[in-house]
Amino acid sequence: MEVPILKQGDVLIATFQAALSDADLNHLRHGLVQEVVKHRSRGVIVDVTAMDVMDSFASRTLREIAHMIRLRGADTVIVGIQPEVAFAMVQLGLTLEGVSTALDLEEGLAYLIQKFKSVD
Amino acid sequence: MAKRESSAKDLGTGNNQAVALTRSEDQSELLRELVAHLRQNRNQLREEWVGRISETRLLTAMTKEEIFAEATSVYDSYVEALETETFEALQAYARNLSERIIPRGVETHEVVGIVLLLRDVLARSLFAKYQTDFKKLNRILDAYEPAANRIANTVAVGFVQERERVIRQQQEAIRELSTPVLQVRERLLILPIIGVIDPQRARQLTEQLLRGIRTNRAKVVVIDITGVAAMDVTVANHLVQTVEASRLLGATVIVTGLSPEIAQTLVTIGVDLGKMNTVGDLQGGIEQAERLLGYKVVTLAEPR
Repeated sequence: MEVPILKQGDVLIATFQAALSDADLNHLRHGLVQEVVKHRSRGVIVDVTAMDVMDSFASRTLREIAHMIRLRGADTVIVGIQPEVAFAMVQLGLTLEGVSTALDLEEGLAYLIQKFKSVD
Repeated sequence: MAKRESSAKDLGTGNNQAVALTRSEDQSELLRELVAHLRQNRNQLREEWVGRISETRLLTAMTKEEIFAEATSVYDSYVEALETETFEALQAYARNLSERIIPRGVETHEVVGIVLLLRDVLARSLFAKYQTDFKKLNRILDAYEPAANRIANTVAVGFVQERERVIRQQQEAIRELSTPVLQVRERLLILPIIGVIDPQRARQLTEQLLRGIRTNRAKVVVIDITGVAAMDVTVANHLVQTVEASRLLGATVIVTGLSPEIAQTLVTIGVDLGKMNTVGDLQGGIEQAERLLGYKVVTLAEPR
């Protein structure tokens, strides 16, 4: 399943679909970092609004994506985690530690723009 | 009675059934006689009973008129149960009575007490009536006692069942006591928690908060637990999870009002305090939240 990645200025927006297989996630991890390199992006927003389940593999992959992107000097924000999913995640101990999160796309963009400003 | 038993043994087991039938016919006849006696002397016995009730200081939550009215109903239901040997009507009456008097603060021991008093008053009147015929008295009591005990049991159980129903209802109500999630500034929510939190309520609070964060697009939440006296390890863990889940929705949580006991609990369970943002009191928490959100509060003029 292809995950659409859109470019919005210095920011890339990747929108996860509802049911991503482990293979999709692996593919994405590789592909997203390549896009960051290609476009010299300063920030990435991963929108997981459509995900109604988050398992430990997906959670770990998101952390790895954020770390890899950080190594390219860019920031990652995970947005759109649903209340029910957030609740389930913390009960399983999946806290996405070290990864920035925001409520939705709008908040994610605001966060990144703020971050860029503070660096400039 | 003794004569009958020995003759049954003599004749062999085949006659036991016949004896049993005869005995129960006998008993029904006695019960009828008993019920007639109780009906005839209704006023007198009821008065005596009400007198005993105030003597022993039961049902102090009720007025004399109320006690008299209830006593009448109970007496009539009692006699009817004896007569029909069915207890459903009595059970229904007991539950109905309980529904009415429990909110008045009537206790279990009072209800059981008055039913036992009635049993005693009626028994005494039987002693008085049959005092010249000891054998007949025994037979009457053989018929009366099991029924009277069953009645006492039925009323007591009915009362207790109603109490338990009320308790369950109240527990439900407490759980549903919705803790409001309040927006006090743009992007700032306050969740004041008061009272006892059990794991179920904690879970409910978390779900409510997360939905509130999404609906109000909150960036900061102040959870105030000044009104919570104590927290066990399970609930403390729920609190930590609430903080973590809120972060996943992009909101920062500030916890305020931790009592020394709760602070002790959190330290004991080894909560990573780096993950939890805490401030002493609610005022401090709101001030910190405002700072995080970029608000500044200034006095423009003297208060009027």
